[in-house]
Amino acid sequence: MTAAPAPDTLRAPLVVEFPFTRSLGPVQSAFLTGLRERTVLGVRTGDGRVLVPPVEYDPETAAELRDLVEVGATGTVTTWAWNPEPRRGQPLATPFAWVLVRLDGADTALLHALDAPGPEAVRTGMRVRIRWAEERAGAITDIACFEPYESVEGHEALGHDGTFDDPVTGIVAPARLDYTYTPGRAQTGYLHALTDNRIVGERCPSCSKVYVPPRGACPTCGVATTDQVEVGPRGTVTTFCIVNIKARGLDIDVPYVYAHIALDGAGLALHGRIGGIPYDQVRMGLRVEPVWSEGGRYPDHYRPTGEPDADYDTYKELL
Amino acid sequence: MTPDREVAIVAFAQTDHLRRTDELSEVEMVMPVLHEVLRQTGCKTSDIGFTCSGSSDYLAGRAFSFTMALDGVGAWPPISESHVEMDGAWALYEAWVKLLTGEADTALVYAYGKSSPGSVRDVLSRQLDPYYLAPLWPDSVALAALQARALIDAGHTDEPELAAVAARSRQDASANPHAQLPGARPQGDYVVAPLRTGDCPPVGDGAAAVILATGDRARELCARPAWIRGMDHRIEAHALGVRDLTDSPSTRLAAERAGAFDRPVDTAELHAPFSSQEVVLRRALDLDERVRVNPSGGALAANPVMAAGLVRLGEAAARIHRGASDRALAHATSGPCLQQNLVAVLEGDSRA
Repeated sequence: MTAAPAPDTLRAPLVVEFPFTRSLGPVQSAFLTGLRERTVLGVRTGDGRVLVPPVEYDPETAAELRDLVEVGATGTVTTWAWNPEPRRGQPLATPFAWVLVRLDGADTALLHALDAPGPEAVRTGMRVRIRWAEERAGAITDIACFEPYESVEGHEALGHDGTFDDPVTGIVAPARLDYTYTPGRAQTGYLHALTDNRIVGERCPSCSKVYVPPRGACPTCGVATTDQVEVGPRGTVTTFCIVNIKARGLDIDVPYVYAHIALDGAGLALHGRIGGIPYDQVRMGLRVEPVWSEGGRYPDHYRPTGEPDADYDTYKELL
Repeated sequence: MTPDREVAIVAFAQTDHLRRTDELSEVEMVMPVLHEVLRQTGCKTSDIGFTCSGSSDYLAGRAFSFTMALDGVGAWPPISESHVEMDGAWALYEAWVKLLTGEADTALVYAYGKSSPGSVRDVLSRQLDPYYLAPLWPDSVALAALQARALIDAGHTDEPELAAVAARSRQDASANPHAQLPGARPQGDYVVAPLRTGDCPPVGDGAAAVILATGDRARELCARPAWIRGMDHRIEAHALGVRDLTDSPSTRLAAERAGAFDRPVDTAELHAPFSSQEVVLRRALDLDERVRVNPSGGALAANPVMAAGLVRLGEAAARIHRGASDRALAHATSGPCLQQNLVAVLEGDSRA
């Protein structure tokens, strides 16, 4: 047992990226389909206000809203903010103004970007119009941005039945966030040890249980685990299952065995694949040892050591 | 509302708030503050009736990230536990409700956030309306800047006043050993005009914890408990273009329901990550110069996302604990442009 050294901080890029597929209700469907057709729709509330962008329920009364109206493609800036350094995904790649625009005929404002040469060209109350995207698919980005456009405010909201050919009924909203993952002190120590084909855990100073992989805290006692302990390399299969479905991209023939393995000296089992033995001969109590992956960064799988099986009483607490 | 049971904040701890804590996992960051509030009260985990935490998977970039931090609590034998994917101020609200029901006499509340692994401006954009806003990737500074411009246009503030809010906050933070940005610093360039670097909160990592207790149990655990006289939280329409960004009716209503206007407060810990938002909140809460606003330095000096609101409650309570305040208001916010707001009124027993 040695005190865990202060390891060099590991770091790695972590990208979380996924498409949200979202369905649209009748009002949002009409609005986004309308954008595809260069038509801006709003919805009229019970007290006669026109909400653009439209929603399906009145934000004040919660009454259902279905009374669609068409508003103008010109409008007035109600507030703005100059963005000198556009970020990934934003509507324009050159410096632009974020604007809330009340379109002619509407009582509420829509958030978007305004293409202007500089902040001196933007003011609250200025008149603007929509610049449509060349390719439109039924999304808020069908409005490429707004642009300055001197005009008289005059468009009134006109009735619209919201019907279009081939209405858009859903959107796919991609989300991508970039992180730099750092694993913290305890897991860093674990990962460093793996590079030497060693598996280390950390002992709880209160209950003496050895956690592997260590996460830095004893979940039973709620205190930091600090003493690093080398465990294994041999261990005992405590329980297992037989996997019959091939996972996409996984180069392992089915059926195979996935097991919980209590490494010698560890206070709880970790999991791994069992190889080197027919799947139907794996059993609780089987003694195994790690087979390191190419390059040796982690155990690829565990194989039988040939020792006699462990007695149930020696691992029953680790199930 | 006037609760039937007396509930108080009896202990508070926070980490030093730092730009990066690469060497620490979340549980490694949160454990010291958990241990500190337990030490202050002499409680053990097994003495705590209910535990509730606040954090965000999007900040961590991992699903169910709070389960890892839960290891720091010591969840065996099994505990009664809950989590909100929100600022810890809302976890405190849940714990308060639990105590009011009589189901528990003590509660541990903690919250943490590591903004350093990601880009918090982008991360927060993912909480926006997914149909009309999120595809445009408007970041948190941009939305606050729209609000700031609306305030300036309405004549409620100007850039020099915003700079003064920033300067006062960071000057006050000089007395706060946990602050990330203590002391004077330049206002800097525009991030998104009209907001400059100085108007924006620091990006950083941090955690906080409090212990709540009821009635006589609170008196046992703390020499001068910070009694929660009322607490309420309210939300506004999520469409920014529907709201009057220069006002915060949800804050005003929450404060009214929490009893904030019944008698004057001497201290207000406001969760205003942007200087302009302090202007909105002061007006909504009708705070004048007699009220000490953000003596800790507030979120402009340290803004650990998901913990900064809980820190406001903790800072207000700590002032009562040490006799610097008799009646304090604590506020927490969530969402763009002060969309959701929580207000609590804390009082200490009168001193002979």
